[in-house]
Amino acid sequence: MKLAYWMYAGPAHIGTLRVASSFKNVHAIMHAPLGDDYFNVMRSMLERERDFTPVTASIVDRHVLARGSQEKVVDNISRKDKQERPNLIVLTPTCTSSILQEDLQNFVDRASTISDSDVILADVNHYRVNELQAADRTLEQVVRYYLEKARRQGNLNLSLTDKPSANIIGIFTLGFHNQHDCRELKRLLKDLGIEINQVIPEGGLVENLHKLPKAWFNLVPYREVGLMTAKYLEKEFGMSYISTTPMGVVDIANCIRQIQERINLLAPILLNEKVNYEPYIDEQTRFISQAAWFSRSIDCQNLTGKKAVVFGDATHAASITKILACEMGIRVSCAGTYCKHDEEWFNEQVQNFCDEILVTDDHTEVGDMIARIEPSAIFGTQMERHIGKRLDIPCGVISSPVHIQNFTLGYRPFLGYEGTNQVADLVYNSFTLGMEDHLLEIFGGHDTKEVITKSLSTDTDLTWNSESQLELNKIPGFVRGKIKRNTEKFARQNGVTEITVGIMYAAKEALNA
Amino acid sequence: MSIKISETPTFECETGNYHTFCPISCVAWLYQKIEDSFFLVVGTKTCGYFLQNALGVMIFAEPRYAMAELEEGDISAQLNDYQELKRLCLQIKKDRNPSVIIWIGTCTTEIIKMDLEGMAPKLENEIGIPIIVARANGLDYAFTQGEDTVLAAMAHRCPEQENLIGNQQRNDKKSIEKLFSFLPIETDKRPKQSIINKKNRISLVLFGSLPSTVASQLSLELNRQSINVSGWLPAQRYTDLPILGNNVYVCGVNPFLSRTATTLMRRRKCKLIGAPFPIGPDGTRAWIEEICSVFGIEAQGLAEREQQIWESLRNYLNLVHGKSVFFMGDNLLEISLARFLIRCGMIVYEIGIPYMDKRYQAAELTFLQATCKKMCIPMPRIVEKPDNYNQIQRMRELQPDLAITGMAHANPLEARGINTKWSVEFTFAQIHGFTNAKDVLELVTRPLRRNNNLENLGWTDLVREG
Ligand code: SF4
Repeated sequence: MKLAYWMYAGPAHIGTLRVASSFKNVHAIMHAPLGDDYFNVMRSMLERERDFTPVTASIVDRHVLARGSQEKVVDNISRKDKQERPNLIVLTPTCTSSILQEDLQNFVDRASTISDSDVILADVNHYRVNELQAADRTLEQVVRYYLEKARRQGNLNLSLTDKPSANIIGIFTLGFHNQHDCRELKRLLKDLGIEINQVIPEGGLVENLHKLPKAWFNLVPYREVGLMTAKYLEKEFGMSYISTTPMGVVDIANCIRQIQERINLLAPILLNEKVNYEPYIDEQTRFISQAAWFSRSIDCQNLTGKKAVVFGDATHAASITKILACEMGIRVSCAGTYCKHDEEWFNEQVQNFCDEILVTDDHTEVGDMIARIEPSAIFGTQMERHIGKRLDIPCGVISSPVHIQNFTLGYRPFLGYEGTNQVADLVYNSFTLGMEDHLLEIFGGHDTKEVITKSLSTDTDLTWNSESQLELNKIPGFVRGKIKRNTEKFARQNGVTEITVGIMYAAKEALNA
Repeated sequence: MSIKISETPTFECETGNYHTFCPISCVAWLYQKIEDSFFLVVGTKTCGYFLQNALGVMIFAEPRYAMAELEEGDISAQLNDYQELKRLCLQIKKDRNPSVIIWIGTCTTEIIKMDLEGMAPKLENEIGIPIIVARANGLDYAFTQGEDTVLAAMAHRCPEQENLIGNQQRNDKKSIEKLFSFLPIETDKRPKQSIINKKNRISLVLFGSLPSTVASQLSLELNRQSINVSGWLPAQRYTDLPILGNNVYVCGVNPFLSRTATTLMRRRKCKLIGAPFPIGPDGTRAWIEEICSVFGIEAQGLAEREQQIWESLRNYLNLVHGKSVFFMGDNLLEISLARFLIRCGMIVYEIGIPYMDKRYQAAELTFLQATCKKMCIPMPRIVEKPDNYNQIQRMRELQPDLAITGMAHANPLEARGINTKWSVEFTFAQIHGFTNAKDVLELVTRPLRRNNNLENLGWTDLVREG
């Protein structure tokens, strides 16, 4: 038993449901007690989904405990088959079915003989894997199922597309900025003259999965979900994959160079030419993306050596750590992830870019680490944002788990060249927010005390003498107005009409008191 | 339009394939209500994930709840449950020092038959903190019924009233009739003045967890009728649980408390006052009148008070009048809310409800029937254990003006042009008593008012069909 208040990654069935409900026309049936379909609420709320989430439960209740759930499960599957005519029904076990030890595979076999839909049992064990691992596994399972089916039926078409093409693997529902990232990746590939063969699972059709091997290569943007599928496709069909996350100027270039390499293995034979993406990388880096320029600008110079802490899933935490350290000159005091199963990879990625590494799924450990380090900014999940609030440290959210405010309506990718701009904004805003707060503290605090004038522009009954005028001008622009107001307020309260430097400092002291 | 008015309510039962919250969600409001408590949910990551997401930002405020997360070793009985729970509870005692620890049993503890009830008293002795066990799991219960299981367990911990032999006989005589009886009790043999105030021998305890302001509003309403509320189950602190015994009348404030009611009657020998629930001005008045009549008091000024409230609601009533509602059903407040909305002039097509205790809700059902008659509206169908899929088909046909539904269906329905109100808000908003009737209508009319604001934009239907 473990005393737990909060978890970074959810239970296994959530991962399976996320994959299943991302495909089009796939229905998931959970074998679960009443109340475990909370996934539908999350999808409907966070993603603001317009469609009904294709997940229902075959309810485990007292009756089922006494009699077994075979009939009910089979019945629910065939009902759903008739109601919605899905291509595939995924029976999803939960923690409850894990301990009931019923032979769910047997139910699935029975149900598939009577329904038109394909039926599979998600192969995930609640007690062994978490949400992300389960998603990875389920995606592989579905892909494998349809490729093997196609092979049996003899309609596997392995010939490559005429033009260079790619599959994007691992975009799915409730993923952190996944929709935006997907659009950005498509744009990137289009710029490179590469067609999209398929994007899975989001919006994909299982009927088309047998055409996956037609792509020249696979792109797996996030480590957490998609790698298993990519490895399977590599083993079975010799498809190569790229798993470098194109986040940050440096890694985007790395990723593009790998793509070039893959294409140039085939292009001379199929197209009679070779591709060269270097001019594209150069153009994008220096002039389209603002991030490279930003790292040279004065703004970013001011961030040099500032301390930051990074925590999140393996993909985002590693990428952000590298961006902060290499592209912005920020000192990453600690980089961490809750993806314990991927610890080795994570260590390897970040070890040269941070002072220490923390791999844990216990949020109190993360909180203690942050309190100890006292960074100027945190880049983490929703949990770190709240830790930051408590400690008065600004936080940029860079990874799941997240709340609804991170499912933005506007276009906010983290990947690709537009992603670099977004990340730069996020980093810069987090630090300046902290700095602004700090300066406000120094120069008189927030306007929480009694306000004398309501309007922002004050009347002219007060005069600033020349020294105080000068002193005021020394104060950085973004806090000057506030300090002016605080000082004038103080002057009025004390019946002073001419503001001197002395009054300014007195005001500052009074407000700090 | 002539409407045939069915006399008796019809009950249907569907497949039970509906969406609701797991009953463990009751910790969300109960830990806030009972200030010195600590809730320990003995379950899996699934339970934890649900709570974490359902509680939202509360989770960051160091709540007085935690998961005892069962791991593989616990399931396969390699670890000793008692030792494990002891370890966790000692830590809770050290960190938080609560006056009571409430163990919430879950599906997993049911299936592996973990003997929480057996372990609690032993551990209680050993660590010196009361431990209460409530099995609020998804195998047996829905959403608000979680509170019911907790309060039923807590009822056993209320201190016992000293026996007042003199009064016992007189009260026992009628106690059977009084259970679930809605007839006013003959009052001629009783002293005219309030008995409870006079000798303080017969007391009234109300059960159901309400925000403290709402609780005191209701107590005040009864006070005006010179009835003293001697206690609430639950109280603000565990250490203030009310005294129970055979001279105590009890009355529920929420429709989902049937186990608690049964426990209070059977195990604590209290006398249950069966009344409609104080939701809406009509319900509140009926509730007070029923209590008064049991105590032989002529209720004073209630008709005027109710009228006043209706007056103050006029703007809202204009909005809802003649509009239709469909309750998908997920929190057991449905009957009372439907009754109130019908009285407001709405038409209710269907009342979905997870579970219907016809005995505990008898007065409310009768009241619903009377209200339908009064408003000349057909008795809505009451669907127990509804099937959400079928309900959505029915809604396509009926095109109600408002669907009261869970969050899982709200956005998809809105995208199809059906207005929705998220049902869970009714459990968290303050809806009891005269004063809060406005809040109910505030919730109900919100989508309607939104529509008035967005009228004429031409984008109500926002899905591509086919
Ligand atoms: S339904 Fe059962 S397993 Fe699911 S959250 Fe509730 S108690 Fe836990």
